[in-house]
Amino acid sequence: MVAFGQFVEILIGGLLSGVLYSLVALGFVLIFKASGVFNFAQGAMVLLAGLALVRSLDLLVANGFPFWSAVILGLAFAAAIMALTAWLVERFVLGPLVNQDGLTLFMSTIGATFVLEGVSQMVFGSDVYPLRLFPTDAWFLFESLFPGGILVNKLDVWGGLIAGILVAGLAVFFQRTSTGRALRAVADDHAAAQSVGIPISWIWFVVWLVAGLVALVAATVWGTKLGVQFSITFLALKALPVLIIGGFTSIPGAIVGGLIIGAGEKIAEAFLGPLIGGGIEYWFAYVLALAVLMVRPQGLFGERIIERI
Amino acid sequence: MRSPDVNDVLLKVEGVSLAFGGIKALTDVSFDVRKGEVRAIIGPNGAGKTSMLNVINGFYHPHHGSITFKGKTRARMRPYEASRGGIARTFQNVALFRGMSALDNIMAGRTLKMQYGLFWQALRFGPALREEIEHRCRVEEIIDFLEIEAIRKVPVARLPYGLQKRVELGRALAMEPDLLLLDEPMAGMNLEEKEDMSRFIIEVNDYYGTTIALIEHDMAVVMDLSNRVVVLDHGVKIADGTPDEVKRNQAVIDAYLGVAH
Repeated sequence: MVAFGQFVEILIGGLLSGVLYSLVALGFVLIFKASGVFNFAQGAMVLLAGLALVRSLDLLVANGFPFWSAVILGLAFAAAIMALTAWLVERFVLGPLVNQDGLTLFMSTIGATFVLEGVSQMVFGSDVYPLRLFPTDAWFLFESLFPGGILVNKLDVWGGLIAGILVAGLAVFFQRTSTGRALRAVADDHAAAQSVGIPISWIWFVVWLVAGLVALVAATVWGTKLGVQFSITFLALKALPVLIIGGFTSIPGAIVGGLIIGAGEKIAEAFLGPLIGGGIEYWFAYVLALAVLMVRPQGLFGERIIERI
Repeated sequence: MRSPDVNDVLLKVEGVSLAFGGIKALTDVSFDVRKGEVRAIIGPNGAGKTSMLNVINGFYHPHHGSITFKGKTRARMRPYEASRGGIARTFQNVALFRGMSALDNIMAGRTLKMQYGLFWQALRFGPALREEIEHRCRVEEIIDFLEIEAIRKVPVARLPYGLQKRVELGRALAMEPDLLLLDEPMAGMNLEEKEDMSRFIIEVNDYYGTTIALIEHDMAVVMDLSNRVVVLDHGVKIADGTPDEVKRNQAVIDAYLGVAH
């Protein structure tokens, strides 16, 4: 039997790593909410943002810039790259496809994925680049209560904080500003949005820009955790079950879905793992997602889509 | 009802033809809409009425012909130009932003009136906040006018059909349009709702002086509301005149009743 202290440690670690999945899932939700498109390229965008950041950072530091000013410049550069990407995607990929079927748009994002992955590695290089933005050591809490204390990674706490701020900011942006209102309007009905003069191309640019900036934030945390490398694109696969559980259209859903998966897979690994031979972490999320699909296909927080026939 | 100045043409459609593949939706249709009038477009199902509205606000691009709006002649309108120029519309099957409240739907109609950009809005600070409040005041006036105070915070998908149509009219009015296109504003309504909607349309025309072009199937409504009527059948204009003239027109009677040709 696992000691209580160990259980708490696993739970906290799981919840915090779940928040990191949520960071990636958020980018998907944003684009899906505003254009009804499942953006396959989100993982590639995290890679691009990470590479742009780490490579410019290394260059600036090598040229004698103090670390923190280099970080700020590097972030600005990466943000500019994401803005350029958003503009190019709108102009050449989605723009010509207004009023097309969702599946067509989805296929076009698969194409964009390969281009983004290829170009970003061609321009910025394809090695593993370590990124040191956040502390990677750990705290040991409640050492008087539990033997050895409870281990909490500082990086995970940073990730949780950042995700919280990001979600609060996005919620305000979507619910309280007129641009947010226009975004929701475009997602609901292209023709009606056009009839009141909402410029769809501008809205799509804003959406992809925001998704790109979320990808950049995700890249700072994940890049610190794993190093910036190609395999970071596979995070997109981990975000999928998060989205299925939370619901494709819900920002809070992305967070809760991440928490459930993060905590679920760590606890399953610790408790079920020894019984059936371990390795549960790699597939647990997908089984959970499958179970949710059978009971509640729209996810926990998703909008139920009822079609009149 | 005001009597529009005969010479003051707001919109003129000349020789418009539109086809989808081999199907001719509109063939050489010409008519005008005078400033301040209520202009009805009628015709049997499939006559091309909605296509005509779609051409006017730029959703469809005609293959021949031209559209003159406020003195500027174009071969085709674009949706953005139309809405900027002051053309608002409602849709046959209610095209509201379903996930949003009635209030947010109508606020969306103010989009073009807003000046301050993304940055200020994101901060919700200074001029953008003041602007939002100003627009909110205008929208509340419209909500009062349409008598939908009680439902302003309700997501529109949950409203009954008649109220949805009213919210959609509100969204169009929020644009403060010069030309308001109404695509079957009374379709699917009961008598009481129709009377309400007629009253709103007359008041909009009277009080705001908005020019209105509407498509409607209920002939009693059309005859009551409109100054002039244009009749389409199979994409061809078959009559144009006052309600009384149109009512007596043999071609119109034939089109509606069906005759052996």
